[in-house]
Amino acid sequence: MESALTITNLTKRYDTGTEALKGVSLTVPAGELFALLGPNGAGKTTIISIVTGLVTKSGGSASIFGFDIDAEPERARALIGLCGQEVNFDPFEKPLDILVNQAGYYGIPRSVAIPRAQRLLKDLGLDDKSGQIGFRLSGGMKRRLMIARALIHEPKFLILDEPTAGVDVELRRSMWDYLQGLTKEGVTILLTTHYLEEAEQLAKHVAIINKGEIVANGTMEEILALHDPSLSTGTSGYSGGKLEEVFVQLTKD
Amino acid sequence: MPPQKQFISFYTILRKGVVRTFRIWSQTLLPSVVTSVLYFAVFGSILGSRIGSLNGVPYILFVVPGLVMLSVITNAYTDVATTFFQSKFFSRNIDEILVSPTPPHVIIAGYVSRGIVRGVMVGLLVLVVSLFFALPSVAHPLIVLLFLVLSSLIFALAGLVNGIYATNFDGITIVPTFVLTPLVYLGGVFYSINSLPPFWQQVSLVNPVLYLINGFRYGFLGFSDVPIITCFTVLTGLILALLALNWYFIRTGLGLKQ
Repeated sequence: MESALTITNLTKRYDTGTEALKGVSLTVPAGELFALLGPNGAGKTTIISIVTGLVTKSGGSASIFGFDIDAEPERARALIGLCGQEVNFDPFEKPLDILVNQAGYYGIPRSVAIPRAQRLLKDLGLDDKSGQIGFRLSGGMKRRLMIARALIHEPKFLILDEPTAGVDVELRRSMWDYLQGLTKEGVTILLTTHYLEEAEQLAKHVAIINKGEIVANGTMEEILALHDPSLSTGTSGYSGGKLEEVFVQLTKD
Repeated sequence: MPPQKQFISFYTILRKGVVRTFRIWSQTLLPSVVTSVLYFAVFGSILGSRIGSLNGVPYILFVVPGLVMLSVITNAYTDVATTFFQSKFFSRNIDEILVSPTPPHVIIAGYVSRGIVRGVMVGLLVLVVSLFFALPSVAHPLIVLLFLVLSSLIFALAGLVNGIYATNFDGITIVPTFVLTPLVYLGGVFYSINSLPPFWQQVSLVNPVLYLINGFRYGFLGFSDVPIITCFTVLTGLILALLALNWYFIRTGLGLKQ
């Protein structure tokens, strides 16, 4: 099976001395929705940032659809769409301009980008906000605009770093539907999320990372099979979904 | 990235900057015009009439090229330094470009061209303002144009170095205040270096702004403290050095990536 992302023995030590990644190896199969889960500070965003060229790695290698991120960075990046964790568009720009400019950075002419941006804004329920200044949008609208921006160049590999953080239930579910529609169109999605039911609902493959190391990696069935009912009740007496139980068991100190 | 796509990316970066310059024209274009009116009024008309002539030309005609250059330099520099730093530090929307396949030389070309456009635009506005105070003759129009673009290019490149490398807002304000302003004022905007003692004449020769102002002044008045070919050679060397530095920063991610 073709892989969208192949990471081999990836390491990252920040200048502060923090060892964020300790030899991570991971393969994301093409055409699937892959969930990368882990507690805060586990290394999820560091992996994404290295793959997208926003952070330099200390060691190891990574490739996107066979294009090495060091040897052929431009070809690798052309295939990726990134929706980062933080809202990071120019707050003084309008949604339509944000999308059209982003398309421009990928070499897409305005004559192609404008209708494509209008369609994306409509698909994501932002068409009536296309002329409004970015910082005046609500939190949910900003998240949807981030997804639209990540999709403007029609990437083969979409990376979503906690795309539904702070989004209400109704909107989150509509975003799930949208993401599932994208995978049906052949787009590979790497998703990080703290909503484990979201991962359980959407992902075929799951990797769990803790303290810079992959502690579980496999299909959703394989991961759920790790569930040990004898360990399922926390001190609070609360029991979550099966994936949540596995997650807690694998990431607790 | 094929050349045609590189051009679209370059045009996108440039267009975004130019749109911003016009959108906030009262912050980007107007201040230099107002300042230059004050300079022309005080140094040109009021003090200039008492100073008389310098190197055989009325003082106001002598300072016009220097004051135009002052506006060009500060605008080209601050435009690139502040917009790049803001997009890196505050909104973090520089990531939009960094995650794209846009190669480093296109990023440099795009940002620097924004600075050149603003620098040249402000320079021309100040030149128009100067016409209300004096009618400068233009001995070599192409030299004027060349040095207008060269000065914008050099200081846009320098601004980009500053914008990339600055780690906090002080890093952006310190350089213009404590480096750029002294260089400009000591570069011969208001005087000829021939009027300085020999030691300070030699010290002035390490100031790159001296070559810009003198090259520009040569275009207007037909004379310069420094031979025009020396001006051009020094500035070309400086451009190549700044280009290499910017390319290295963006290629390696120094100052941009953790």
